Amino acid sequence: MLKSLKESDFGAQVKKSIFRVGIPNTDRKRVLIVLGNVFLHLHPTKVRTSGVKLRYTWCAGGLSFFLFLVLTLTGVLLMFYYRPTVEGAYVDMLDIRSQVPFGIMRELHRWSAHAMVIMVMVHMFRVFMTGSYKPPREFNWVIGVILLVLTFLLSFTGYLLPWDQLAIWAITVGSNMAKAHPLVGAGGPFSDFLQIGGVPLVHPGSDARFMLLGAKEIGGTTLLRFYVLHCVGIPLGAAVLMAVHFWRIRKDGGISGPL
Amino acid sequence: MHPVETANNPLFEAFKALCNGLADPRLSFLLAAVGLFVMLRFRRQVFNWWVGGLVLILEAVVILIGLKDPNFHLIVAKPDNVPITIMLFLTTITFWLAMVQAVENERRAEQKLPPAEKETSQSKTWVWPDLLYIEFIALIIVSVALILWAIYLRAPLEEPANPSATPNPSKAPWYFLGLQEMLVYYDPWYAGVVLPLIIIAGLCAIPYIDNNPKGNGYYTFSERKFAITSFLFGYLALWVFMIITGTFLRGPGWNFFGPFEYWDPHKVVALNNVNVSDYVWVVFFPKIYRATHIEWFNQGLPNVQNVIWQLVPPSMENTVAFFHEVGQALKREFAGILFLGFYFLALPGALAKTWLKKFYENTDVIRYSVLVMLVLTMGTLPLKMVCRWLFNLKYFVDTPWIKF
Ligand code: HEM
Repeated sequence: MLKSLKESDFGAQVKKSIFRVGIPNTDRKRVLIVLGNVFLHLHPTKVRTSGVKLRYTWCAGGLSFFLFLVLTLTGVLLMFYYRPTVEGAYVDMLDIRSQVPFGIMRELHRWSAHAMVIMVMVHMFRVFMTGSYKPPREFNWVIGVILLVLTFLLSFTGYLLPWDQLAIWAITVGSNMAKAHPLVGAGGPFSDFLQIGGVPLVHPGSDARFMLLGAKEIGGTTLLRFYVLHCVGIPLGAAVLMAVHFWRIRKDGGISGPL
Repeated sequence: MHPVETANNPLFEAFKALCNGLADPRLSFLLAAVGLFVMLRFRRQVFNWWVGGLVLILEAVVILIGLKDPNFHLIVAKPDNVPITIMLFLTTITFWLAMVQAVENERRAEQKLPPAEKETSQSKTWVWPDLLYIEFIALIIVSVALILWAIYLRAPLEEPANPSATPNPSKAPWYFLGLQEMLVYYDPWYAGVVLPLIIIAGLCAIPYIDNNPKGNGYYTFSERKFAITSFLFGYLALWVFMIITGTFLRGPGWNFFGPFEYWDPHKVVALNNVNVSDYVWVVFFPKIYRATHIEWFNQGLPNVQNVIWQLVPPSMENTVAFFHEVGQALKREFAGILFLGFYFLALPGALAKTWLKKFYENTDVIRYSVLVMLVLTMGTLPLKMVCRWLFNLKYFVDTPWIKF
């Protein structure tokens, strides 16, 4: 029996079925392990040496992505305990702090969110300073700018969810801007031009701010709207754009460097 | 905290007074803007290990000493403000790191050497294990940092939301404080709508207007002077600077407070801002102003006694009133309109012949116009700041629809 235990290739079969290649100790296997793994194959098999240097990229793009993953994970955990209603939201915040085991999920989520905004700004700064937006990477820079805006919006919609004083007033200040929109904001210029037979089309019950908040003032409808955007809408958009962003890095010839 | 103890220490008091004085936006903005140009001009002397280390230590020491003061502690140690301090350090480090390498490459260029990145840019490295190894370590370090941060600093939770109790100050999330700060100088529809859109569009336009082929894929300053200087001005002296001011130095009523000042909600700051038109009419044309200011300065429906006015059919009244108002506004604001016309229409032409001559000759009309408009639009912000501080200027042009 001992002999058959020794000879069994059970373990090897399991390992091979998962990793497809054994320990990557030859160049061939180094190629195969990157190509054969859905996560690793975001990378090419080889990269320009100057591009992997820490002093060049500062890892800022990679860490932005990592923080996005942390946020997705902790965000999903938070969703188990959080109800986006005026009655539930604040109570759930208290419970997440005091009742839920391993109660630093909210902290992890909040600090990662701040860190991601900072990291994306740092990444943009790096890309500018190395001139990496120059041809052929112009379009990837534009994708990046949209990702930057989405990162701001992700953080902005999340800011409302704790439903405390900090939350609603920060969103009030932010969303008052929508009121000032020309033509489509009730407080903006030219909005009184849009009328039919003297009946104004743009008023606080129909303008851009109303669309954002789902009501004239921040309330339950706003909370639900921001919740859906924060947990589903914007992350999906950002994920799709990140896929495009990474794809384009490779199509544009990998990380930039002097030719 | 021992506020009583520190209050007696004259050295600490002097330090606080110095910081409060330096932080006044009139001075700190000047220091930030001029400092940026000076640093770039003397980049060889500034961007080395000594100066970089010194600045970081100085920043840390000021904050650490400052935390002894209760007012400073109240704002800087606020959980949601901690990331801003981190951003301050990261910005310093990354700016320094980029410029150190740029200076190094400049030195290499003088010795007819290619940029340092070129040494390794022709060779390739295996992703497995070399890159993954770096990524793995970065990931572990950041994870540990996040977990420690999460354990030691609780996420803030204030009183439950109460729409009838407006806190003072009410602040937007920190990354929008630059926009909120612009509300001080611009009408909401510029600060909140037009300028953000121009910033986004302008960022997207960068790769298409910068047709300088040099500096692609390595750190440099001397090969891209104009591009880097204008980007750094917008990013550091305006965006990051306004976030830091907005977080730490704007208190109740969006009034300015030094970092060691108590945020007094009753602080009253006289609001005596005036428009260009007020200056022009009152100072230069006092006679006309006195004779006619009632008609010209009262916006709204014109005088009904006017004979021509009575001939207008009622259905057209609104339209005519509108154009009448437009006419008055144009007359009243002529000086500001002339100035903005000069600024946005004549300056591009003048710049094409002077500072931007080289760029103008190497590019086409579309790229040149987009670039100049972006730079000039960005320039209105420091211009408006300085005019506000020097002349209490509110708007160059102030009409019921467009205020700038
Ligand atoms: C959610 C936000 C973002 C993520 C996750 C992300 C991720 C990445 C990653 C992983 C890289 C590889 C090189 C590196 O790590 O530096 C990269 C490169 C790049 N990113 Fe981003 N990025 C984001 C936002 C942006 C922004 C805001 C910009 C610019 C406005 C931008 C422009 C670029 C460009 C042009 C490259 C190619 C750089 C080169 O080849 O040297 N990205 N990005």
